[in-house]
Amino acid sequence: MTGTEGTMPVLRAQNLGIQFGGLKAVDSFNMEIGESELVGLIGPNGAGKTTVFNLITGVYKPTEGSFYLNGQSMNGKKTHQIVEAGIARTFQNIRLFKKMSVIDNVKAAMGAKLSYNLFHAVFRTPSYWKQEEELTKRAEELLQIVHLNGKEDYEAGNLPYGEQRRLEIARALATDMKLLLLDEPAAGMNPTETEELLEIINYIRDEFKISVLLIEHDMSLVMKICERISVLDFGTTIAAGTPEEIANHPKVIEAYLGKDDEEVEEDA
Amino acid sequence: MEKRFKVSYFLNFLGVLAVFFLFVLLFENNAFGRSTQYIKGISTTACYTIIMVASLNLVVGCMGEFSLGHAGFVSVGAYASAIVSNGLTGKGLPDIALFLVALLAGGIAAGLTGVLVGIPALRLRGDYLAIVTIAFAEIIRVLFCNLSITGGGKTMSGIIKLSNFYWSFWIMVVCITVMYMYVRSRFGRTVKAIREDYIAASASGINVTYYKVLTFTVAAFFAGIGGGVYAHYMTAMIPTNFNFMYSAELLSEVIIGGIGSITGSIIGASFLSSLPEMMRQFSQYRMLAYSVVLVLVMIFKPGGIFGAWEFSLIRVYERLTGRKGGWEKSRKKTEGGV
Repeated sequence: MTGTEGTMPVLRAQNLGIQFGGLKAVDSFNMEIGESELVGLIGPNGAGKTTVFNLITGVYKPTEGSFYLNGQSMNGKKTHQIVEAGIARTFQNIRLFKKMSVIDNVKAAMGAKLSYNLFHAVFRTPSYWKQEEELTKRAEELLQIVHLNGKEDYEAGNLPYGEQRRLEIARALATDMKLLLLDEPAAGMNPTETEELLEIINYIRDEFKISVLLIEHDMSLVMKICERISVLDFGTTIAAGTPEEIANHPKVIEAYLGKDDEEVEEDA
Repeated sequence: MEKRFKVSYFLNFLGVLAVFFLFVLLFENNAFGRSTQYIKGISTTACYTIIMVASLNLVVGCMGEFSLGHAGFVSVGAYASAIVSNGLTGKGLPDIALFLVALLAGGIAAGLTGVLVGIPALRLRGDYLAIVTIAFAEIIRVLFCNLSITGGGKTMSGIIKLSNFYWSFWIMVVCITVMYMYVRSRFGRTVKAIREDYIAASASGINVTYYKVLTFTVAAFFAGIGGGVYAHYMTAMIPTNFNFMYSAELLSEVIIGGIGSITGSIIGASFLSSLPEMMRQFSQYRMLAYSVVLVLVMIFKPGGIFGAWEFSLIRVYERLTGRKGGWEKSRKKTEGGV
């Protein structure tokens, strides 16, 4: 299962599960992601993929199981603590700070790393100027990576759809994470935009040595870039393996396309 | 970048100085004849109202939460500073030191109340938070009506008159400057991110509760200072002065001036607090006029008269001299708006 033998996995989820009332949205979810690995998480609508993301980022508290980042338990930690530890995400339905400028979106995510306090801010001490200047420089670099340079002063909400998705990635990068969770980053994009996104994902993975967990409906994209894939259906993992294994896995085909009539009769 | 800001601060300081000397000139030469003293009084009223409205704007504009209990913080500040100045009178302190100590005490008392109210209340959002803040202001009012140290339900009088226009003006300038610096720093940026989307903000590593409580506390602190200036100008007050209507008045001044604009708060507060004084004979229709103005603003300019726009001397200067872009890239969008 592990990508890199012998080293500690970046993310390890052990029997992770959550129950909403009587509904088991996710049941004993297991996953290990190695360093610089790109893992896909697929499954039909409502399978619980986004719920897995919400569990890993602390939006929901798991009702069973636990997960570790670099061997450190993340159970019971708040979202911002988990982000500080190194897990950042994007959202399925884009959540930008719409009325703020593009560069401020990125800067806001870097705020936790600034150390100047109220006194420095009010009196505009040299340390304020220095930190703000470094911040601006770093934010501009990140925007360059997602090809948004030159649009720093635009209002984030006014960007075209594809650029908003890329800005979300830049904002996630700004938190200096080790594991990036991408929730359907190619949704609503045309083939050219998807291609550009693919390049960006590959670039940041190599450049920042981060691991990526990707939820995606675009099968060609998943098959093309993911090293391993897990398939969820009704909250349980029905298959895990390389793209080739998954593509021919009977349970996966069944989950996506349904059973053959003959099989149904045989079962009955 | 840095240089442009420093020039901008310098220009703003010159602007403030010019406004101050204009007032000094007008008042010292009795430009308004016999009503000079009266207008001076109105200007003082405007000064402390500006502090209160701008501080409320931190909560409403910057943080995007509705607070209908700002008068509660104002009254905590007013009473705390009055009690402190009463206690320190005759201890040989010069007037200005006494005034500043009293104001600081008022601000700190209000700030502490802000922490106490903020920690539980800011878990709520929108309408629920508004209701809790109303309840808080009412609790404070009823409490002060029953405490002997605040004079109970009777008037607390005999507060020494320390506020005059000149001091109030500079206190107002300092308060506005500090709030402006707060908004234009990582704190303001963080709080604005929370306003825009709190889920995304926490997913960007922002401790949402901490920054919300911090901003609420800063707002309460300045409301308390405004209350302190108020107390030492009025020299007598009763807890019912700080009722729900007072909170609503402050809120409507924020909304009319411009949600998120400090410029808007300054203009809105000075205009709306002096308007009823100028039209003394119609003063009972003040709230009626307020509501009409509020309805009109909501229909024609939902973001308030100034919206999130800020007046900036350096932009005027750049336009006049055509130097725009002479400094490094100007970050118009980043600069504009609270």
